[in-house]
Amino acid sequence: MSVLAVEDLHVWFELPDDKELHAVQGISFGLERGERMGLVGESGCGKTTAILAMMGLLPPNASAAGRILLDGEDILAGGDATMRPHRWNDIAMVFQGAMNAFDPVKTIGSQIQEPIETAGLAKGKAARARTAELLELVGISGERQDRFPHEFSGGMRQRAAIAMALACQPKVLLADEPTTALDVMVQAQILELLVRLTDELGLALIMVTHDLPLVSQICQRAAVMYAGHITELGTTTELYHRPLHPYTRMLFGATPDLLAQREVTSIPGAPPRLDQEITGCPFRPRCDSAIDACALSYPPTRTAEPGHSGACFVEAHA
Amino acid sequence: MSETLLTIEDLVVQYRQGRKKVVKAVDGVSLTVAAGEFVALVGESGCGKTTTAQTAMRMVPATSGTIRYRDRDITNATQSEMRPIRRELQIIFQDPYESLDPRFRVKDIVAEPLEIHGLDNRDERVRAAMERAGLTPADLYLERYPHELSGGQRQRVSIAAALALEPTMLLADEPVSMLDVSVRAGILGLLNDLRTSGLGILMITHDLSTAAHFADRICVMYLGRIVEEGPAHEVIRNPQHPYTKALVSVVPQPDPEQSMQPEILQGETPNPADVPTGCRFHPRCPVATAACSSEDPPLRPAGSDGHRAACILV
Repeated sequence: MSVLAVEDLHVWFELPDDKELHAVQGISFGLERGERMGLVGESGCGKTTAILAMMGLLPPNASAAGRILLDGEDILAGGDATMRPHRWNDIAMVFQGAMNAFDPVKTIGSQIQEPIETAGLAKGKAARARTAELLELVGISGERQDRFPHEFSGGMRQRAAIAMALACQPKVLLADEPTTALDVMVQAQILELLVRLTDELGLALIMVTHDLPLVSQICQRAAVMYAGHITELGTTTELYHRPLHPYTRMLFGATPDLLAQREVTSIPGAPPRLDQEITGCPFRPRCDSAIDACALSYPPTRTAEPGHSGACFVEAHA
Repeated sequence: MSETLLTIEDLVVQYRQGRKKVVKAVDGVSLTVAAGEFVALVGESGCGKTTTAQTAMRMVPATSGTIRYRDRDITNATQSEMRPIRRELQIIFQDPYESLDPRFRVKDIVAEPLEIHGLDNRDERVRAAMERAGLTPADLYLERYPHELSGGQRQRVSIAAALALEPTMLLADEPVSMLDVSVRAGILGLLNDLRTSGLGILMITHDLSTAAHFADRICVMYLGRIVEEGPAHEVIRNPQHPYTKALVSVVPQPDPEQSMQPEILQGETPNPADVPTGCRFHPRCPVATAACSSEDPPLRPAGSDGHRAACILV
């Protein structure tokens, strides 16, 4: 059984003037223990909103529908009452920019210790020892817990933020752009850490990013999101070598590779606004292979091989 | 050989930190950019790449060394002496969300440099610059405000404002790092077209893949120095300096089947206030020898033609 399964998840934001923004429009996927999955797409595609919904941390003007199954139990069904026991304990998150969210006047250790004590996992000396353990787990000497955030480099603060998310030994870790503000060498260190943690602890990871090569490098599978939908889901190899959706192909086509073997081409236009109803495929105006049917209805999801599916009317052409 | 536009020689930029400490942000950098040439200055945060560019624009004073634009020494040029140079040498900033005044319409943003430089035929020049920057037809954008534009369009507006003065060279500081992947290639393609039309381009970036795709030459900086430079494909495919080798090895590849053997350096770039003795890379270098802690190697020829690296082992 999947440790996490998301079924037909929707998220709406209420806007002033009785308007509504349909940020997540029915996404479904499963995640196995120890698996690393990428959730990729451009800004505004709904990827961050989707994982916030899984944490039950949406802002008050948002509502969610669908099912979020954690070990088979629907944690979305009962609202905060069913979400709260699992938040941080079973499913945890590293927020975008978490490394810059430490309180500058408190030591790193005390800020990790606080949730440990709040969650009732340990107190006083034991909590301190647990903090040291968590820091060691992410590659920081436990003795450094009495240092202040400014005494840590960006990479170390990001490690500490990951340690904090792991305080309650969750089964699922959601990481939102965990390496975006970091230099490439430090990024490599953090990626190596995430791979090690998932391998050693059996932790399942969802990495939200706009960076396809990152996902190709460390994730086994990825879901590509566009305008609130998952447009394609498959292994990273399938997505790169046998994309089903033109968006996946065009996104890879817009990504420079180091050996400069391919031309890079940008995707014309911009993603649609989600506060208006969209008829047909939302990617159609930017797509290089749209046909008449694309304007009429949202394309059905087609499965090309087990675990590899895409929502497109047009036959795949690599 | 095309005309050399920008020449930086042995540039040192230092800041005082407290009473006694001196931080050398740039410590002996030399580079040139010729007309029609696309040069990428690559390195991690804090390596001095932005300071180098800002010093070339005289936004930051040089401590020593010389900066020449064409045949004029501008190292100590006054603001009024810089004015004609600034018409020729324009800069594009990283963040098009921050660099455009939200109260100005696009036409006013693009016309502002013309006003400052007292140039006539503003309407005509504004339209020409916008079309050159890919904002076509210009009429569609002239009356708009920045908030009505996408990130890519905003960056085109800042490029148009730079082009309005018909410069001979552009400095682009991380021109696409704030933009979505899907539109980056368009902006970089635009810079590339401008290069083809004869402009010199110096792009500052931390992204080796982008540099590999668009630059003719790559200069790799580490802790205030250029440690390797050469033709872009040579630097990427045949890196000579151990730092460049490590940097190239950790760049994620879009193809998951392309096997990676990342050589991950531990730790982070040292503080420029506390530069190691000898080769400044030796404490993190996987192949450092005893000599590396005392000898500070200059750039010297390595690999193919025009390829140089600062390492005693090459």
